[in-house]
Amino acid sequence: MSDQVETQKHPRPLSPHIQIYRWTLTMVLSILHRATGVALYAGTALLAGWLLAAASGEEAYAVVQSISTAWYGRLVLFGYSWALFHHMFGGLRHFIWDTGRGFDLRHVEIIARVTAFVPPVLTIVVWVLAYSYLGAF
Amino acid sequence: MSDMRTPLSRARGLGSAKKGTHHFWMQRVTALANIPLTLFLVGALVVHAGADYATMTAFLGNPLVGVVMLLLIVSAIYHMRLGLQVVIEDYIHGEASKLLALIANNFFALTIGVACCVAVLKLVTAQ
Ligand code: HEM
Repeated sequence: MSDQVETQKHPRPLSPHIQIYRWTLTMVLSILHRATGVALYAGTALLAGWLLAAASGEEAYAVVQSISTAWYGRLVLFGYSWALFHHMFGGLRHFIWDTGRGFDLRHVEIIARVTAFVPPVLTIVVWVLAYSYLGAF
Repeated sequence: MSDMRTPLSRARGLGSAKKGTHHFWMQRVTALANIPLTLFLVGALVVHAGADYATMTAFLGNPLVGVVMLLLIVSAIYHMRLGLQVVIEDYIHGEASKLLALIANNFFALTIGVACCVAVLKLVTAQ
C-alpha cells in the first residue's frame, strides 16, 4: 500500500486551528497589527486621491472635501487615524522585541495593554483637537 | 542535527532568497521613518481642519512641506510594499497566484507612489 493511500485512510493529526484557542489580548493585537497594516495600505489610495485633487484645482478639491466632510467620510478617516496609531504602537512593540527584550510574560502583558489602550486615546485626542481647530468648540 | 547549511552559506548569511536580512531591515528602517513622517501629516491635517482650498494648497506648496511629504510617500510606500509581500507569501500558496499577487502589489505601490509624488511636485511648483 502506498503511503498516500495510508494517509487517506488514517489522516495525520493536524495541529489545532485558530478557533480552538482561547482568545488572548496578545493574539488580538497580532492580528490587528496585520489588519491595520493592510487597511493602511488600501487607504493610501485615499491619500493619493486627496493630493491629486488638490493638485488638479479647486473644483476637484471641492468634490473630495464634500466626501471627506460627510459623516461616512469622517467615519473612514476616524477609523484610518486609529488604524495608523494602532499600527504605529504595534510597530513600537516589534522594535522592543527586536532588541531581544520584553518577552517574559509580565512584560508581554504590560506592553500589550499599553499598545491596545493608548492608540484609541490618542485617536480621540487628535479628533478633539481637529474639531477645536474647526471651531466646533 | 543543528545546522544543515554549509559553512560558506552560513558565512554569507543570505538564506534561500539570497537577500539576507535586507527585507527585514528595510521594513524596520522605513517603519522608524514612518513614525515622525506620519505624525507630521496627522498634525498638518489637524491644524488645517476646515481650511479652504487656498490655505491648503499654500501649505502643500511650501517646498519644505513638499520635502517632508515626498519622504513620507517614499518611506510609507516602500514599507507597505514590503509588508504586503509578507502577507501574500503567508496566505497565497499557488505559484501562479502568488506571483500575480506579488506583481499586483508592486504595481499598486508604484502607481500610488508616483501619483502622490506627481501631485506633491505640482503643488510645490505651482507656488
Ligand atoms: C507609523 C509608523 C509605522 C510603524 C512603526 C510600522 C511598523 C511596522 C512593523 C515593525 C511591521 C512588521 C511587522 C512584522 O514583522 O510582523 C509592519 C508591517 C506592515 N506595515 Fe507598518 N508601520 C508603520 C506605518 C505603516 C503605514 C503608514 C503603512 C501603510 C501605508 C503600513 C503598512 C504595513 C503593512 C501592510 C505591514 C505588513 C503587516 C504584516 O506583515 O502583518 N505601516 N509595520
